Amino acid sequence: MNVITLKDCRKALLTALWFMFLTFPILVVKVNTTEHLVIWRWQNLIYVGAATCIASLLTSVYRHYRDRRGQMRQQEQQEEEAGRLSLTERFFNTPAVSRPVFATAALFFLIFPLLFSTYQVNIMTTALMYVVLGLGLNIVVGVAGLLNLGYVAFYAVGAYTYALLNMHFDVGFWIALPLGGIMAALFGILLGFPVLRLRGDYLAIVTLGFGEIILLVLKNWAEFSQGPGGISNISRPGFFGVNMPMETALNYQYYLTIAMVVLTIFVINRLQNSRIGRALFALREDEIACQAMGIDKTTVKLTAFALGATWAGLAGVLFAAKNAYINPDSFTFLESAMILCIVVLGGMGSIVGVIIGALILILLPEYLRAFSDYRMLAFGALLVIMMVFRPQGIIANVRRTYHKKDSAA
Amino acid sequence: MEYFLELVFSGLTRGSIYALIALGYTMVYGIIGLINFAHGEVYMIGAFTALIVATVLNMYGLPLPAVLILASVAAIIWAAAYGFTIERLAYRPLRGAPRLSPLISAIGMSIFLQNYVMLAQTPNFLPFPELIPEPAFLERFASMVGTTDLAILTVTSVVMILLTLMIKFTRTGKAMRATAQDQTMAFLVGVNVDTVISITFITGSSLAAIGGVLIASHIGQINFYIGFIAGIKAFTAAVLGGIGSIPGAVLGSFVLGLTESFATGYVSSAYEDVFAFSLLVLILIFRPAGLLGKATIEKV
Repeated sequence: MNVITLKDCRKALLTALWFMFLTFPILVVKVNTTEHLVIWRWQNLIYVGAATCIASLLTSVYRHYRDRRGQMRQQEQQEEEAGRLSLTERFFNTPAVSRPVFATAALFFLIFPLLFSTYQVNIMTTALMYVVLGLGLNIVVGVAGLLNLGYVAFYAVGAYTYALLNMHFDVGFWIALPLGGIMAALFGILLGFPVLRLRGDYLAIVTLGFGEIILLVLKNWAEFSQGPGGISNISRPGFFGVNMPMETALNYQYYLTIAMVVLTIFVINRLQNSRIGRALFALREDEIACQAMGIDKTTVKLTAFALGATWAGLAGVLFAAKNAYINPDSFTFLESAMILCIVVLGGMGSIVGVIIGALILILLPEYLRAFSDYRMLAFGALLVIMMVFRPQGIIANVRRTYHKKDSAA
Repeated sequence: MEYFLELVFSGLTRGSIYALIALGYTMVYGIIGLINFAHGEVYMIGAFTALIVATVLNMYGLPLPAVLILASVAAIIWAAAYGFTIERLAYRPLRGAPRLSPLISAIGMSIFLQNYVMLAQTPNFLPFPELIPEPAFLERFASMVGTTDLAILTVTSVVMILLTLMIKFTRTGKAMRATAQDQTMAFLVGVNVDTVISITFITGSSLAAIGGVLIASHIGQINFYIGFIAGIKAFTAAVLGGIGSIPGAVLGSFVLGLTESFATGYVSSAYEDVFAFSLLVLILIFRPAGLLGKATIEKV
């Protein structure tokens, strides 16, 4: 059997032609309305044609292998009933392999500030902050299956809680941290309460709207939030009143973020195996069956939504303390989209996946500055591609399964 | 009084534009139960195509009416092509997947298209050429209602009537209604569901393109971000009227348009968008099925 047939080639050619037509006005013609100039960029047409042609061929190859593997798997499954575990499942189920890997990773993150410059530490702190945000959103999107498109609004609530308390009442970081979380949770409950009773899609659009409202209020209500200028001179996190030089302070923040990541992982891990966690997983799969089993849909969803918001709030306080300056521009929809992208790329519901996703998506653009304009373009495409080709993410979530004692597994 | 009338007209104009976009949302939702987040971007692409075509044709010195018609036709063709392609690429492979997957795919498509236009064209606002002529007899009312307002109202009404006729009386319309009611059943009685879904996307996108051209000539400038907010608001309008219902989308749009117009006119213009979203949340609390929608109970 040929991998690429003549039919595939014809399809690729037609796809290329179609996309050349599709992108013609936007990509080829560029108008300068002030000087009445038209720039024709014909070379773009060739790029688009070539790119879509290759993409189409690759898709055909992918389909070919997927179908063949599917056939093989069916035969296999008929032969041995048990079914084979995927690579990731095997990795997690063999402590002899997975423990050393995790230990090495943990050690690497612990000694990171000793190995690299403060600049690198700063970037890593940011990346770890996104790990916290990603894991928080993961509770909402991955575990509970609720699409929250305004996640960054809760992040903003946390950040502004700390900034405003610090500005007006000189409240320190450690007191503001739980307060920021609580404030964000309150907003989450207020917003989630009316919406979570309804179909999931409404939540997506309401959270999106909520994100925009928060942004508009922060920008326009200058007496409250100091408007687009933002709030500066926020105190950095203290350590029993010790005065630290700049470099130590950065390292301290790094370890603080690490502590936050560890706490988050701990909480989510406990959550996933708890009564609520199992209820959430079940709810994600089939709402009607869940209600029949006596699970209170609204309460369970609201818990997950509020918990996710709490985490965004905590991360927000951390963010305000790290930068010592915040303004509304840090809380746009693009930020929400990026966090969503982290969760989707990593694997919805999977802790390790989200951590890897966050590190890839935050660190890669830092080191590929030349392509920074194309970042959001790539994120958008990534969301679509992941959903179509690998909806479970890089590292699929491993569901806890229970085996009978006498079975071979 | 004159101020009041001015607000009424501006509300109706806004409402008409929202209606043109909301119809696309509601039709797609009615048929495949998906919020097509990328719909606002199709509207934006329609406006951009019209701008580009109009500018190029203007330079070759074509008469204004010809430019207007050609630009609108181009906008409709390309917006429809985008709508069709989006469905094929991002939604069709995900039919039958969990509900969350197509939603995420849609939001990805929306982000992608926004940035595509931003990178390919410009992040700044572009002035939109004046395409709709100003007849002399309207000058007396210019303070209350502009020519573009009237054009928008007329075009929208005509388009709505055509759409209603199409859905009520043509074979395609019948197939659309059948698919919306029950996809499997429609398939069994010989409706080509795939084609119907494609046609729905094409129709919705064409309407959005008309909306794009009209609003761009009304406001006079466009950028890559116009689709995002307009999309959310049109969706609000669709929910307000009862998502899935076509008369509902139109009614919801006019209610939303008038609310916004009065709120910005009498309260504050800085919080224009806040009113729309607050209205959405209130509707979801008190009447989740919308003004004209029927509450449905999911059965197994």
